[in-house]
Amino acid sequence: MNRLMVSPSPHDENYTKTSTIMLNVCIALVPALVAGCIIFGLRSLLLTAVTVGSCVIFEFLCRKLMKRENTVGDLSAVVTGLILALNLPVTLPLWMAVVGSFVAIVVVKQLFGGLGQNFANPAITARIVLMVSFASAMTNWAAPFWYKDGADAVTGATPLALGEGDALPSYLDLFLGNTGGCLGETCALALLAGGLYLAARRIISLAAPVSFIGSLALLSWIAGEDPLYQILAGGVFLGAFFMATDYATTPISTKGKIVFGLGCGIITFVIRHFGSFPEGVSFSILLMNVLTPYIEQLTRTKAFGGKYEKQKKEAESK
Amino acid sequence: MKKLNGIKLKHRKNTEDCATVQLPLPSKIILPMSMHMGAPCDVLVKVGDLVKVGQKIGDSQAAFSVPVHATVSGKVTAVTDYQTAMGAVCKAVEIEPDGEQTVSEEVRPPVITDKESFIKAVRESGVCGLGGAGFPTHIKLNPKTPIDTIVINAAECEPYITADYREMMENTEDVLNGIRLVKERLGIKNAKIAVEANKPEAIKKFEDMAKNDDTIDIVTLPSAYPQGAEKVIIYNSTGRIVEEGKLPSDVGVIVLNVSTAAFIYRYSKTGMPFMTRRITVDGNAVAEPKNVFAQVGTPFADVLRFCKTDIDSIRKLISGGPMMGMSIPDINMPVMKTTNALLAFDHYDERQTSACIRCGRCVRVCPMGLMPAEIDKAYKIKDIEDLKALKVMLCMNCGSCTFVCPANRKLAETNQLAKALIPRK
Repeated sequence: MNRLMVSPSPHDENYTKTSTIMLNVCIALVPALVAGCIIFGLRSLLLTAVTVGSCVIFEFLCRKLMKRENTVGDLSAVVTGLILALNLPVTLPLWMAVVGSFVAIVVVKQLFGGLGQNFANPAITARIVLMVSFASAMTNWAAPFWYKDGADAVTGATPLALGEGDALPSYLDLFLGNTGGCLGETCALALLAGGLYLAARRIISLAAPVSFIGSLALLSWIAGEDPLYQILAGGVFLGAFFMATDYATTPISTKGKIVFGLGCGIITFVIRHFGSFPEGVSFSILLMNVLTPYIEQLTRTKAFGGKYEKQKKEAESK
Repeated sequence: MKKLNGIKLKHRKNTEDCATVQLPLPSKIILPMSMHMGAPCDVLVKVGDLVKVGQKIGDSQAAFSVPVHATVSGKVTAVTDYQTAMGAVCKAVEIEPDGEQTVSEEVRPPVITDKESFIKAVRESGVCGLGGAGFPTHIKLNPKTPIDTIVINAAECEPYITADYREMMENTEDVLNGIRLVKERLGIKNAKIAVEANKPEAIKKFEDMAKNDDTIDIVTLPSAYPQGAEKVIIYNSTGRIVEEGKLPSDVGVIVLNVSTAAFIYRYSKTGMPFMTRRITVDGNAVAEPKNVFAQVGTPFADVLRFCKTDIDSIRKLISGGPMMGMSIPDINMPVMKTTNALLAFDHYDERQTSACIRCGRCVRVCPMGLMPAEIDKAYKIKDIEDLKALKVMLCMNCGSCTFVCPANRKLAETNQLAKALIPRK
C-alpha cells in the first residue's frame, strides 16, 4: 500500500525562499560595502563583521530565550547587520555597534514578534538610537581616504553639514562617494547598482525609491536648492533603495509604496530645509514606518470585478 | 485593451506530441454516482445485473445533476458507499467487464429539433465540464439571460496537461462542429476560441479551418497562469468584466471547455454517452508519459501501470494539474469524467511554513487583485467584516499566491477557509 501525501492545491513547488530573497539583498549590499572599504579603509570590514555577527547572535539567543524556532537560517539578521553597518561612521567604537545590533534585533525586531512583525525598520531605528545616545561618536566622520595619509583619522564633514563658505564636493565626488559620511551611504553609484540589481531580480519595486528621490529633488528645486546635490548627498540612496523598500515596514501595494516614498521625500526635505539636523533620511523613514499600517488600509488593491460600497452609492445616486 | 496576465510557470507539456492511445479494459470499473458538481445520482442497477456500454446506471430527480452510464459491458459486482477525492459521499457501482463491450440498445442518436431537446440531449449524454470542475453542461447551456458570445476555453494553462491540446489537434473538426451546434441551437451570434500562446499549432489549425466563418474568432491568450480561469478568459477574449456575485451569462457569455464542445457534437451524431476520458499521464514517477483514452471508472493504478510507473515509488498522486488538481489518497480510486490528468511524483513539498515577510508577491500575482497576505491576517483573528472588505469570496483558488510565497504559506487554502466563515445570503 502506497503512503500518499494528501495536501490542498497547489502542488507545484516554487524555489524562491525567504533566505533566497535575503541572500539577494546581501549580494546587492556588497558593492556599497566594497565602496565603503575603499573609501574609508578596512575598518569598515571589521565594523561590518561586528554588526553582522552580533545581529546573528542576538537573533539566535532571542529566539532561544523565547522558546521559538531558530530563524538564523533565513538570513534576515545578516541583512539587518549589513544595513546597520552601512549606517554607521567608520570610526564608531565597536561596543557601540553591538549596542546598535541589540536595539535592531532584540528591541525592534524580536520583541515585536520577529521577521515580518516589526513595525519599524530595525537598522534605521538602531541608527537613530545610537545617534541620540552617542551624538559625538555618531558624527565623528572620517574624511575619505584618510588611511592613506598614515595619520590619525582626519575628521571630515558630511556634504550636508558644510556651511556657506565651504568648498562643496563635485557631483562626481558625490556619485562615487568621495565625501565624508557613514561608511555605506556615500557612494551613490554602488547603492544604485545594488538597488537596480534587486529591482531586476524583482525583489524590490522601484515605486518607493523613485517617489522618494523624485519628491525630494522636486521640493529642493522648488525651494531653490540644488536638487542633484540634495539627492546625491547624505543617505538618500541608501535609505531609498534599501530601507524604504523593506518588506515588513512599508506598504504592500504599489499605490502604498508611492505614498510611502512621497512621505519620505517630503519629511526629508522638511528636516533638511527647516530643521536643526543636517540630515533627515532616517527620521523620515521611521516616521513613515509608523504610518505604514494606515497607508496600507487606504491603499488596498481593488479586486477585479469587485463591488465596493462607495461605487454602489454613486450608482444609486445616478 | 490590456490583457490580464498571470504567473509564468514551467509548461512541462512533455506529452504534447503524444497521440492518444487506448488503454486496455481493466479488470474492474468503479463508477461513483458523483462525478459532477451537484446532486449525486441514485443507483439504477443492483448487484448481479448485466449492464451494457452506454446503459444508464445512475440518475437523479434533481435538476442540478448529471446521469452516470456504464462504460463497459459486464456484471455489477457491488454497490458500495464511496467518498470521492473531493470529499463527497455517494454510492459507487463496481462492474466486472466481460470484455465484449456490447453496446446498449439505449444508445441511439438524440433527436434534436429545438433548444429544449438539445438541452435535454446534453443532459442525457452525461457530460459535465471536462476542464476539471465538472459543472453540469446542460445547466450552463440553459441560462436565464440572453447570450451573444460563447467562449471556448482552450487555454489549458496548467503545467503538464495536454489532454485538451490533443483534442484540438486530433479532433479539430469536432470542436468547430460542436461550436456551430451550440451556436445554432442556443441562437448565439459569436464564438471565440481562446487558446494560450504556447499552442501555436492549435491556433494555426483553428485559424485555417475557421477562416471562412467570421462568427468564430481565435483569441491568443498570453502564455501565463491562470488564463483558463473563467473571469480571466472572459475578460481577455471579450473585454467584459464579470462582477462580484454575477455569472458569465449576466454579461452575455457562456464559457465552454474545448473538449466538452467536441464531445457534444459527437454525441449528437452517435448518441454514445460520455464513456472515455482522455488523460495526460505524467510526473517524474511515470517512466513513459502518455496521453491515454481510459474508460471512466478505470482505477488509477491501471492507468499508471500502463504508463510504466513504479507504483511503489509514488509519494504524491495528483488528479488534474499541479496548480488546482486534487491530491489522491488512494491509488485505486477511479478515473472520473473530470480527470484530465494524472500526475505521479516520487516526492512532495516538505518545506515548513515560516512567518510572512510581507514581500507582496501574493498581491502582485493574484489574478483577481486580492491581497492574500491581508486575508491571511484577517482570517487569523476571524475578522469577518474585514474578510468581506478584502473580497475573499472572489478567490477562485488558482493557487498562484501559495505558489509564489517564499515563506511557503498556504494562502490559497486560507482563502478557502476564510470563505467558509462568511455567512451565505
